[in-house]
Amino acid sequence: MSEIESAMSTPPRTIGQELMSEEGARRVRRRYRADARFRAYGIIAICIALGVLAILVGTLVSSGYTAFVQTQVRVTVDLRDADIDPADVRAANWRGIATGAIESLFPDLPQSDARVMRDMVSQGAPFIIRDAVMDDPALIGTVFDIEIPASDRIDQLNKGAIDRDSPADHRVVTDQQIGLFDQLEAEGRISTPFNTALFTAADSRFPELAGLWGAIVGSFYALAVCLVLAFPIGIAAAIYLEEFAPKNRWTEMIEININNLAAVPSVVFGLLGLAVFLNVFGMPRSAPLVGGMTLALMTMPTIIIASRAALKAVPPSIREGALGVGASHQQAVLHHVLPLAMPGMLTGTIIGLAQALGETAPLLLIGMNAFITAAPDSMLSPSTALPTQIYIWADSPERGFVARTSAAILVLLGFLVCMNAIAIWLRSRLERRW
Amino acid sequence: MNEATSHAGSVSVQHAHDVTGMPTKVHAREVTVHYGEKQALFGVSMDIPANSVTAFIGPSGCGKSTFLRCINRMNDTIDICSVGGRITIDEQDIYDPSLDVVQLRARVGMVFQKPNPFPKSIYDNIAYGPRIHGLVRSKSDLDGIVESSLKRAGLWKEVSDRLSEPATGMSGGQQQRLCIARAIAVSPEIILMDEPCSALDPISTAHIEELIDELRENFTIIIVTHNLQQAARVSQMTGFFHLGKLIEYADTGDVFQNPQHSMTEDYITGRFG
Repeated sequence: MSEIESAMSTPPRTIGQELMSEEGARRVRRRYRADARFRAYGIIAICIALGVLAILVGTLVSSGYTAFVQTQVRVTVDLRDADIDPADVRAANWRGIATGAIESLFPDLPQSDARVMRDMVSQGAPFIIRDAVMDDPALIGTVFDIEIPASDRIDQLNKGAIDRDSPADHRVVTDQQIGLFDQLEAEGRISTPFNTALFTAADSRFPELAGLWGAIVGSFYALAVCLVLAFPIGIAAAIYLEEFAPKNRWTEMIEININNLAAVPSVVFGLLGLAVFLNVFGMPRSAPLVGGMTLALMTMPTIIIASRAALKAVPPSIREGALGVGASHQQAVLHHVLPLAMPGMLTGTIIGLAQALGETAPLLLIGMNAFITAAPDSMLSPSTALPTQIYIWADSPERGFVARTSAAILVLLGFLVCMNAIAIWLRSRLERRW
Repeated sequence: MNEATSHAGSVSVQHAHDVTGMPTKVHAREVTVHYGEKQALFGVSMDIPANSVTAFIGPSGCGKSTFLRCINRMNDTIDICSVGGRITIDEQDIYDPSLDVVQLRARVGMVFQKPNPFPKSIYDNIAYGPRIHGLVRSKSDLDGIVESSLKRAGLWKEVSDRLSEPATGMSGGQQQRLCIARAIAVSPEIILMDEPCSALDPISTAHIEELIDELRENFTIIIVTHNLQQAARVSQMTGFFHLGKLIEYADTGDVFQNPQHSMTEDYITGRFG
């Protein structure tokens, strides 16, 4: 205030004089300080964002990295006396064979400790041995070594998640089990290779056997359905609304509703899917097809809005140029506007799909959080999806699922980063200047 | 197409600036335009002679571009725009509901204020019109049209060796001549030019003006311009618009040297606008 008053009372000076004066120099300095402050705010904001991201990824990695390796015990299986019908390998007494093989690891232990011994390796041991023999029938009647995942507790002990020095009644492994583990390790039977089962196996009650393959396939099917439904419908709706629709109260109402739909919580779309697809149309529960349809409902508004923005960004001069040489409205749109808007449309679509990939609530409501131990073999067979698998694992009490939950989140984030990278690549690849 | 060439035969160079004997190409009677509630054009009537350059001048917002865009029905693309009155080209009412607006725009080409080449190759820019109208049967036909259009637009020497390069990489003046070539390629009878030089430097402007003078032999040209000297240089007829009305329409020489209306005189002498 006082500045303005003093400026008004003194005779007018030129800008040059103004800047030379003491007061002018002070003002310039103040402006520089304001500039620096403004820049600092921006840098601080970015640092905070990066810091939070680093904390998130750091937590996930630190708690999840152990899930990428799996403790395995090399077990010697003796099938010389086993009663196996080569025509029906499945029918043999695999439980007995597995128990025998495990017990032979600890010849010093009495039969009364059979349970302790069995608890050292995964309860899936009979099936793992059976599958190995079914894959290679030549093994019948021979003695061979096979790697079997250690049980969850031993796995945790090996990975150092269980403190040996804590009192025995505070930890889930007994002193005896620790002794047996040390014995196996001394014999060189313990190894910790990369956990391929995490990517190749479906869900399981036993964390050492559980994997994400079923969820990945389920998510893939659901996203494929979502893309096939939402992309053409969304693009067609956007082109019609932006290029052809008359501007009247009806189209205005449709526009408002599409914008509102984009803001509707995803759980509402899940309820809609449950009420319409499952209850009215009687479609199968937990199926990726239904999941994809529900996700398509959710993604469509995003695609429509992004596509309309892309169409709007095409300069009208291009459209007029085409109309000016006698192209019909449709030709102008298809030949000129659409190719220019395509990168933006594709980017919007991929971002919409990435959103759909991470969406949990609608899938919970249509039952894609079921416990399913096989990857789906079609779009109609029951399945989980990546986010719902994370939800299931996060809810499981076994120690091994803690790390696996984080690992699954990392896998999901990996897919999301890939999809966004594709969007960026497509945009830079297809974008043309005008 | 044939009409355009037959007109070309009737033009004699000596009488190039005398348009009194020319047949009327565009005939407008009591044309009104409304943008929603707002009236933009009030009863414009004029006869535009064939194979001549007609310039529309006037201050910004006077309705000259609006009237220009009525002649190829470009205003149809604006939802709230409604056109009244009657415009005929060669006696045919262009607002007749049975007339196909796409065919009309093939007969009445347009060049815009800002050069707007398609973000495609130079070749594809020219070839687009002939392709969509099915004017060509073979690749060599198309090559011929592209070459002759570029030659008539005075661009062939500059771009003949880089036809496959993107048109957006050319200079502004070249782009505008490309847009003219693109308009010529579909052999229109009339070419509308909406301030074609306003985004160009003086040298490019001179190029385009020469080009307009040459094109007059084969086409009827209607040009909107803010540049009075340009109107005086290139046109045979001049129409002065003000506040949506056609104030004066006469021979360019008369308008500039002997205006009948005081408002025209004020505008031309720079007293307003």
